[in-house]
Amino acid sequence: MALKKFVVGCFEDEKVLFPAVAKVRKAGYKFHDIYTPFPVHGLDSAMGLRETSIHTAGFLYGLVGTTTAVTFMTWVFTKDWPVNIGGKPNFALPAWIPITFELTVLCAAVGMVLTFCYICQLAPFVKKHTFHARATDDLFVMVIECGEKTNEDELKALLTSVGAQEVNTQIAEEGWWIGRYDQEQSLYKEPNIA
Amino acid sequence: MSKQQFEISAGYKKWTNALLGVGILTLVLGFIFLATSKEELNQTRFWAVLLQNSVFFLLVVNASMFFICATTLAMGGWQMAFRRVPEAISSLVPVFGVFALVVFLGIIFGHQYGIYHWLDKEHVEHDPILKGKSAFLNPTFFLTWTIISLFMWSWVGAKMRKLSSQADEKMDKEQSKKFIWTNTVWASIFIVFFALTVGSTIPWLWLMSIDAHWFSTMYSWYTLISSFVAGISLVAIYVIYLKNQDYLEYVTEEHLHDIGKFMFAFSVFWTYLWYSQFMLIWYANIPEETIYFKPRMQGVYRGIFFLNLITNFAVPFLLLMRRGSKRNYTTVTFLAVLIILGHWIDFYQMVMPGTVNEHYTLGWFEFGILSLYAGLIMFFVGRGLAKKPLVAKFHPFIKESTIHHT
Repeated sequence: MALKKFVVGCFEDEKVLFPAVAKVRKAGYKFHDIYTPFPVHGLDSAMGLRETSIHTAGFLYGLVGTTTAVTFMTWVFTKDWPVNIGGKPNFALPAWIPITFELTVLCAAVGMVLTFCYICQLAPFVKKHTFHARATDDLFVMVIECGEKTNEDELKALLTSVGAQEVNTQIAEEGWWIGRYDQEQSLYKEPNIA
Repeated sequence: MSKQQFEISAGYKKWTNALLGVGILTLVLGFIFLATSKEELNQTRFWAVLLQNSVFFLLVVNASMFFICATTLAMGGWQMAFRRVPEAISSLVPVFGVFALVVFLGIIFGHQYGIYHWLDKEHVEHDPILKGKSAFLNPTFFLTWTIISLFMWSWVGAKMRKLSSQADEKMDKEQSKKFIWTNTVWASIFIVFFALTVGSTIPWLWLMSIDAHWFSTMYSWYTLISSFVAGISLVAIYVIYLKNQDYLEYVTEEHLHDIGKFMFAFSVFWTYLWYSQFMLIWYANIPEETIYFKPRMQGVYRGIFFLNLITNFAVPFLLLMRRGSKRNYTTVTFLAVLIILGHWIDFYQMVMPGTVNEHYTLGWFEFGILSLYAGLIMFFVGRGLAKKPLVAKFHPFIKESTIHHT
């Protein structure tokens, strides 16, 4: 477990958050993430996040599905077990389209979900640090990672000046670890202040 | 600050006149060499090409009004930034309606049995299938229903455009509520009538009756979506053109992205309908049904048959899939032109095998008439755009459109 230091600023309003994001970004700080109670349109581009690659992955999974379906059916119906069905040719592509389509969609969908879970490190019994419990309710929680050169006090002052209601520092594990939420419950404990 | 009022530029005028010139010349030459020719095949070619183009472009411009009414009923706000564009395009419905009517009158009263063989009374007497359908497929019903449809599309469309002008002036909350309600009522009238015509009967009468012995229950949907995806592409071309000319200040990449989604989604939907129609017929393999696909898939139309699938499905599907390409002016323009031409070819292969049989030509007359219609669209849409401010500044939903984010 590699512990890292984070400065956390909490905002009550989206309208305050957007200019704050622009200012913090301009000052050159590195966002760890911004936790919001609901999807906020345009926040990703305001934070300067690159476009997700999950659709590229989805396309590739789909391609795998298409290829699997077509090659398998071709092999079965022309090589392994050719059967005359209603006088149709053995290589009956139009009849295979629905199955090909289904398998494409299935592979793309399941593949994308699993990839998403892997990238976000979501799985049963996987535990991650929660920076503020109200992030799932009504608070916009901006988390900034501190590097070696980061001046913590300056950053805190900046966050307060751009409208953060609550500012604190937390030492937390950045990645994930195996644990259970019903045990070692730390959601409602005081945040660890270094 | 962008320009509010569209002015037809010199370049636009030049292109309009060039396309119209080529088109009118083709029509005159076609009339001399084809329509009045002794050979029946030439006459059939003349009327078949006119039928294909007049029906296709009429349905394409009418799709704009369908788009407006469907988004109105869905309480959509995002399209307000460019809604005057489909409005201007839909103002062509009466014009193209009259052209189509002239073509139908020419076919019916010119006794063009090569186009609609159910027009031949003697032949129908000896044909039990056509006799059974004669209550529907006869000149009186054909013309009556065509005229009613053209009138309703034009009239309700004109009403919707007139209503839209109210949004150029400031209105208070009560007026806004009433405005939205009136729009909803008229839009629903249009949609219901649209379903009864383009969604079902009109493609049966105008196009499916070319192959009068054959029928498909998917045909109308397939025609409707074919014209709708081409219609959306036409809107996309105009939105991009106007944006490049520094009009439409509220339109951003986000709006273009949503138009691109429409083009993508309905290309896929078109394929779904095309395939559903094809697969059922292919699978059942009943001679009276497969007769439709025989000349198209195995005859001389084989190339056009597969070209149709490539231009209307494979290329838009693969190229419009990426987010970035839906937000790129060049890609969307390229694909919009491709989709319009692709569905023009689609209508071509609907009309030609049943009329000129295996003697099809994609030559000077076909492309000349295409140029005539392109010129007409440019001429009338340009005038329609110049008539009103390009943005309905006081529409109650305009705010929703300006902050639109996909």
